[in-house]
Amino acid sequence: MSVDIRRQGGVGQSVRRVDGVPKVKGEFEYASDLRRDGMLWGATLRSPHPHARIVSIDTTAALEAPGVVAVLTHTDVPGKKTFGLDVQDQPVLAADLVRYAGEAVAVVAAEDHELARAALKAIAVNYEVLTPVTDMEQALEPTAPPVHPQGNVVRTLTIVHGDPNALADAWVEGMYETGMQDQAPLGPEAGLAVPAADGGVDLFIATQWLHADLEQLAPCLDLPLEKVRLHLSGVGGAFGAREDVSMQIHACLLALRTKRPIKMSYGRQESFYGHVHRHPSRVWMRHGAPYEVPNARLEGTAVFTNNPPCGAMRGFGAVQACFAYEAQMDKLAVELNLDPIELRIKNALRSGSVLPTGQPIAGVAPVRECLQRLQQLPLPPEESALDRDPMLLPGGAGNVGHGEALKRGVGVAVGYKNLGYSEGFDDASEAWVRVSADREGPLAEVKTAAVDVGQGLDTIVTQIVRTELGIDRVLIRPPDTAIGSAGSSSASRQTMMTGGAVQLACQAVRAEIERSGGLQDLRRPVEATRVFHHRPTGKLDASGQGDPHVTFAFGAARAVVEVDQELGLVRVLQLAVAQDVGRALNPQSVLGQIEGGSAQGLGLALMEEVALVDGQLKNASFTDYLIPTILDMPPVVCEIVEEPEPGLPYGAKGVGEPSTVVVPAAVVAALRNATGRELRRAPVKPDDLVGL
Amino acid sequence: MEVLLPHSLDEALEIKAEHPEAVPLSGGTDLMVEMNFGRVRPPAIVDLSRVAELTTWREENGHAFLGSGVTYTTIVREMQAYEPLVQASRSVGSPQIRNRGTVGGNLGTASPAGDALPVLAAYDAEIVLRSRARGERSLPWNLFLTGPKKTATAPDELIIGARWRRLRGPGSFSKIGTRNAMVIAVAGLCLVIDEEHRRVNVALGSVGPTILRATQAEERVSAALASSGTWDDRSAPLNPQWIDEFAELVATAAQPLDDVRGTAAYRRHGCRVLSRRALGWALSERRLPTWL
Repeated sequence: MSVDIRRQGGVGQSVRRVDGVPKVKGEFEYASDLRRDGMLWGATLRSPHPHARIVSIDTTAALEAPGVVAVLTHTDVPGKKTFGLDVQDQPVLAADLVRYAGEAVAVVAAEDHELARAALKAIAVNYEVLTPVTDMEQALEPTAPPVHPQGNVVRTLTIVHGDPNALADAWVEGMYETGMQDQAPLGPEAGLAVPAADGGVDLFIATQWLHADLEQLAPCLDLPLEKVRLHLSGVGGAFGAREDVSMQIHACLLALRTKRPIKMSYGRQESFYGHVHRHPSRVWMRHGAPYEVPNARLEGTAVFTNNPPCGAMRGFGAVQACFAYEAQMDKLAVELNLDPIELRIKNALRSGSVLPTGQPIAGVAPVRECLQRLQQLPLPPEESALDRDPMLLPGGAGNVGHGEALKRGVGVAVGYKNLGYSEGFDDASEAWVRVSADREGPLAEVKTAAVDVGQGLDTIVTQIVRTELGIDRVLIRPPDTAIGSAGSSSASRQTMMTGGAVQLACQAVRAEIERSGGLQDLRRPVEATRVFHHRPTGKLDASGQGDPHVTFAFGAARAVVEVDQELGLVRVLQLAVAQDVGRALNPQSVLGQIEGGSAQGLGLALMEEVALVDGQLKNASFTDYLIPTILDMPPVVCEIVEEPEPGLPYGAKGVGEPSTVVVPAAVVAALRNATGRELRRAPVKPDDLVGL
Repeated sequence: MEVLLPHSLDEALEIKAEHPEAVPLSGGTDLMVEMNFGRVRPPAIVDLSRVAELTTWREENGHAFLGSGVTYTTIVREMQAYEPLVQASRSVGSPQIRNRGTVGGNLGTASPAGDALPVLAAYDAEIVLRSRARGERSLPWNLFLTGPKKTATAPDELIIGARWRRLRGPGSFSKIGTRNAMVIAVAGLCLVIDEEHRRVNVALGSVGPTILRATQAEERVSAALASSGTWDDRSAPLNPQWIDEFAELVATAAQPLDDVRGTAAYRRHGCRVLSRRALGWALSERRLPTWL
């Protein structure tokens, strides 16, 4: 896991990824590769019902099954019975009620994976099946059964700005929906829990946030925080799916009970049940003016249902909103007889613009610049269908057409995402840096608890150390909970937060080295630990006014699509994304983030949806949960807009999310442009495109 | 679980006679998935990958014989003369799947979404089965495929391959999926023209419990081609009304259901569009000198 790199540059250069070669060669150790002598395998029994009362659980037969060492249910949870990232309301193992199909009811430890899975079938659970709440609006009806005792409303937020009853010269309105998307990280959930001699436990885990896991684990295990030690294992993608706890507590419970190491490793199907998804949304909007408005009324409600739980996913909350408001802006452009991109350029948010929360955009906001860059890009040339490889027509490898009924469409969208955590959360990251010298010269070591989920943080940290200290040799120590929290690898925050902490620690070390005679004269190691905080934010008042966000990153996308109008099949010819990045600390890595984020956005627009029928997941595999292939994903033309953000390290904004926010809206706008259909829901189905 | 490893066809038939419960394994692209999901747990497996006799194809007496162990990659590489079969094979999964997956697997699994099956049905192929006790027998494809994921294979038999009369005439295979590659068919259609018997054959996949032939559509369009003189004069146009009727009859032949991959309405619609396109391509290709 540790990396020692010599021939790499500093901040601003397209330095090669420190984990690139091991990953390409298959040598990188992911959490699913973890092994330990004498280890047992854990497996999870999950509820087949979206809503049911547990009448009884009988584990007798399972305990007698071959190779089984332990079978645990809710009565075996020694401490707190529930966990949760924000509110601790999710049972470690269901006690009296199951609230979604796939909820964990019991866990088994056995000598191998097969035996553990086989033993699950021997656990007899007697359920009394209850009517599930499976629709977000149904959940709000007074007759709906409460999913939790406090009712079905998680939160309602009302924002009133100016005069909400103000009139406008033109109105547009619409209803919009987005489906439940899955993060589909290529590495399913996995971890290894090892019981320790002190009665505690060491957990090696692929996660996004070691300390948040720790704070949820320790109370459930009834152990003090210092007896639960988390160590980062190789993470095969996250995108929000690893922000919530999956098998962490289960593996530790089994390890503490059996006093043997426990490995748990989900397969793809179980992964769909074992992590949260992107929230589906239903949005009604009416606009009398674009973007920055003096008067606004917004109301948002999040509800509990008995569908699979949802949580973080790339572009959290901003994706669904952008899909709706950008469709509205296109309607407004029609109403005002303006070109869609002209309407956006004319009315673009800018530094100083006031948002409906009353918060002014304090930082840079090169929104117009992003749109103008897109406007200047030529459209991809028209290609005759006859000269093309049929693979490059809508329908791809299916050979469904020779160019019949093709229609091109172009769509644009602009949007933004808050960076870092909001509403007063004390967001911070800690870093330790140590400089020593040996025969090979000076060596810088860095330690944080920050997780490189694949976004390239370790490479950025290495670049920062080299820039700040001028030392070639940088060693990144494996992240664990022995150091203070780095916060989550989410909300596009690690480059600014952990990057900021590493920069501060490096500056402290550098000052100390300079005081004691410089790097050439280094007699003893010099080290420093520093914590980086972003500027404080505030909560919203009763009318939703306040200063909730640290800052924002903006992006704009243009999609060019080709639709087979008879079959409703699509080929996206080109995506162009212009993104406000503050400063590109690693331009190659920024391009990678924009391309990857665009692919996930295209997936939401065209195919990715967790299919649910009566609360049951119908496509829990990559056979039927489709993500884009190389024949679906076009080249991405990236325009990196650099305008350093004051107050952030090197002026760099987070870059992971804006493309995912804007691409779904742009792709669907292009489909509307090609077909003339309203298309109010993503993902767009072939039926929608042919009007069935 | 016992894994049996025959090195010849005789040895494989011997094993199947003694272990009729042994499930044949070829590329494993269906069976291993089912096993990983815990849906099947056969007491024994007979791995046919070492049986060389099954992995070849040949032409003899105006017929083609395709061994059950021939992979889709081999078909794409070697069987260009059978264009619909190549098109179907190229639409199967990913390169890795095509390197492993075999026609025998499509036949043995007998899913209505098996991509090669509409082609074999349009070719009027016979499926060749063999056992130690009773030797070889052949069944027309529609008697072999007895239902969704059901075949007429006896417990002691192995699927040896498929045989069909070589058709003179153009044809194509098309598959609708909701992404541009690596997708299970929402609807599949194979249309071939048999110049010798002056017939148009149309087979549909993924729109019924098993592979379907649109017989009424076939008969009407074959007759229409006769009445418009198109069988003799390839440039003689077919009345557009006949093309509409053909597409409608193909759509009517479909027996689609709603499922997670697509709606019944879209599947039927897809059959209508694909049949019209496939007929159009075949008729224009007939006019090219290649087929004269």
